[in-house]
Amino acid sequence: MQNRIAQGIRGLAVAGTMAFALTAPSIAAAQAEQFIPLLVYRTGSFAPLGIPWANGKLDYLKMVNERDGGVNGVKLSYEECETAYNTDRGVECYERLKAKNGGGSLFDTQSTGITYAVMDKAPLDKVPVMTMGYGRSDSADGSVFPWSFPMLGTYWTASDIIVQDIAKKMGGADKLKGKKLALVYHDSPYGKEPIPALQALAQKYGFELMALPVVAPGVEQKATWLQIRKERPEYVILWAAGIMTPTAIREAQATGFPRDKMYGIWWAGSESDVKDIGAAAKGYNAIAIQGSADRGKAHDDILKHVYDKDQGSANSRDEVGTVAHTRGMMIQMLTVEAIRTAQEKYGKGKPVTPEQVRWGLENLDITQARLDELGFGNLMRPVKTSCADHMGSSWARIITWNGQKYETTSDWYEADMSVVNPLVKAGAEKYAKEKGLTPRDCSKE
Amino acid sequence: MFYRENGQFKASYVEDQRIFKVQQDRVAIIAIVAIAALLVPMLASDYLLRALLIPFLILSLAAIGLNILVGYCGQISLGTGAFMAVGAYAAWNLGVRVPETPLLLQILAGGACATAIGVLFGIPSLRLRGLYLAVSTLAAQFFLDWAFLRIPALTNYSTSGSVSVGSLSFFGLPVESAAQKYLFCLGFVVVFAVIAKNLVRSGTGRQWMAIRDMDIAAGVIGIRPAYAKLTAFAVSSFIVGVAGALWGFVHLGAWEPLAFGLDRSFQLLFMIIIGGLGSIAGSFFGAAFIVLLPIVLTNVPELFGLPLSVDTAAHLEHVVFGALIVIFLIAEPHGLARLWSIGREKLRLWPFPY
Repeated sequence: MQNRIAQGIRGLAVAGTMAFALTAPSIAAAQAEQFIPLLVYRTGSFAPLGIPWANGKLDYLKMVNERDGGVNGVKLSYEECETAYNTDRGVECYERLKAKNGGGSLFDTQSTGITYAVMDKAPLDKVPVMTMGYGRSDSADGSVFPWSFPMLGTYWTASDIIVQDIAKKMGGADKLKGKKLALVYHDSPYGKEPIPALQALAQKYGFELMALPVVAPGVEQKATWLQIRKERPEYVILWAAGIMTPTAIREAQATGFPRDKMYGIWWAGSESDVKDIGAAAKGYNAIAIQGSADRGKAHDDILKHVYDKDQGSANSRDEVGTVAHTRGMMIQMLTVEAIRTAQEKYGKGKPVTPEQVRWGLENLDITQARLDELGFGNLMRPVKTSCADHMGSSWARIITWNGQKYETTSDWYEADMSVVNPLVKAGAEKYAKEKGLTPRDCSKE
Repeated sequence: MFYRENGQFKASYVEDQRIFKVQQDRVAIIAIVAIAALLVPMLASDYLLRALLIPFLILSLAAIGLNILVGYCGQISLGTGAFMAVGAYAAWNLGVRVPETPLLLQILAGGACATAIGVLFGIPSLRLRGLYLAVSTLAAQFFLDWAFLRIPALTNYSTSGSVSVGSLSFFGLPVESAAQKYLFCLGFVVVFAVIAKNLVRSGTGRQWMAIRDMDIAAGVIGIRPAYAKLTAFAVSSFIVGVAGALWGFVHLGAWEPLAFGLDRSFQLLFMIIIGGLGSIAGSFFGAAFIVLLPIVLTNVPELFGLPLSVDTAAHLEHVVFGALIVIFLIAEPHGLARLWSIGREKLRLWPFPY
């Protein structure tokens, strides 16, 4: 304290202005808080998904501040930055927020393009990047990607789980042999990412994979669906985003393809994708990250501590409990738990640096008991990360649109790691070679 | 008062052919380059360099390239983004396949490939004019976008079609920190701006302008339209390709074809229209207007402590930015460069205008 006063006096004497004295307290105040940067897209063509997602992220932070007074007494501060799903803007946001207020704890970029652009910068800046359910699938290998965390699943685990559910509906994995599955995908890195996994699965189970690209933004799909009508695949896997999803469902309706034989990836499985179609989308399936279509105690806490006090981020309370909003909450819950884990090692009740948050993310161990305590007991399965496994778990369930809302319609599935792991390993090795990186030795940590 | 050229006589042809004929201009430009090269990297923050100045420099370079084609030779192109992509992907492919290649050579080779593709797509310009040419260059944009998405060999069979570069070094010097990257880009921009300025003052540049002003008359006085148009496409694509390689390597580090989509082509075209067609300085003004202004605008509400939500700020930014474009184009249809030169003329005559 004395030091600061001395500094203040010196500052006044040297500079002869009030500026220093005014800024000094605000620096001190910022240090007692944990800063979480929020990259969001509330505008642009993907905004219908981006808004509830961003609100979920924001609401959970508000709730933790309100209910628990932060993490062990350290308040969470945050700032949103609008990317409009644009990579240039995303990079600008990342640069703006990475060193702000003592360092951005971690970045959830909400975009595959921004993830790829930020991923190579993050190790130099020592900032972790968490890409829950998207990201770069091979970054699950923490020995090559120490700063990337594709928590709870990647596109490759999702592909495997969708195929598992299809196999179950057909009456066993052996029934897949000789059958045809179509992948209708958004023609971008996002849409292409599942292809290697689905090809590996096709080889394993002996089904034929038709990969049908749709040019972004995906409003023109007539040709694709005519091809589907011609080739008659058993099931269609939809790797869509934004306007592409409702368009695909409408085209499926027009060409008479049964909606209950369609599977969307989680980005094509929120209320905004099907609400306007209503009954015609009935039966449409999507994979949920863990169990994000259900409601848990965490939702009640948000309503009680945030919305009842008129602090809610969404315009209406009804948004709480929607798939995208819950997903935002889950991301933020993992963030907060990573900060808590880091605090346990580096000092409780003190803000942690981004580098320490990385340690927290890598040593996360959320048990079922802890999940129940947090109010996510029925939404998620336990998560445990390690140096070698940055994904933590790959549990997921299938949800189905019943005309009014999503219902969970399957049991828990876990991805078949004998399919996914070789791909992750190969991808990570290739990346390490291209970049000239030496992977960490995880057995020594 | 300070901008008076009395007593500055041109005593030799060399002096008469200077780029900056007024001494004050020469001093100013040397001072600007010196500040940009020495003071800015020392004083500017990481954010300022990485998020604002590096993109500004690279897009200025691309705008100079496009300005040669559109502003000086009068051939409208909507394929600039694609030519940038060619530069980036060609440089990247060379680096992946022949890892020993030095960075400078990779980037220049990217430019060379873009030249070849640019000339190829410039061939229709021998028969087409105006809007029809614009549509044919649009084909380049669509075709190349398709190629980089669809031909796996071009992305070295990357699973997602996204590519990334490792750590960069320039003849043993690392290009890692923001200041190093900034200086690296600045070097390219200064060298190419000087080359471009001299080219447009040369015989070739005069041929381009003759073609732009009236191609039939140019043909009558003995200018070969095919040669003039194709050299414009070649030079323009080279510079644009180099800018593309820098954008991928230095600014983004990892990219997908979307980074060089049609939006980028439009963005560059707007830059030179707002900055000033047929002006090297205009390319810089335009790039500053399009790159820096939106970011400044989004940060304005926060600076004043206004509690605006990010989406409102984003919408507001679009409104203000759109309005400014309209206002500037009404005030001066020839672009910011023309406003600048009017201002300069007034200064030269001040305080006794006639």
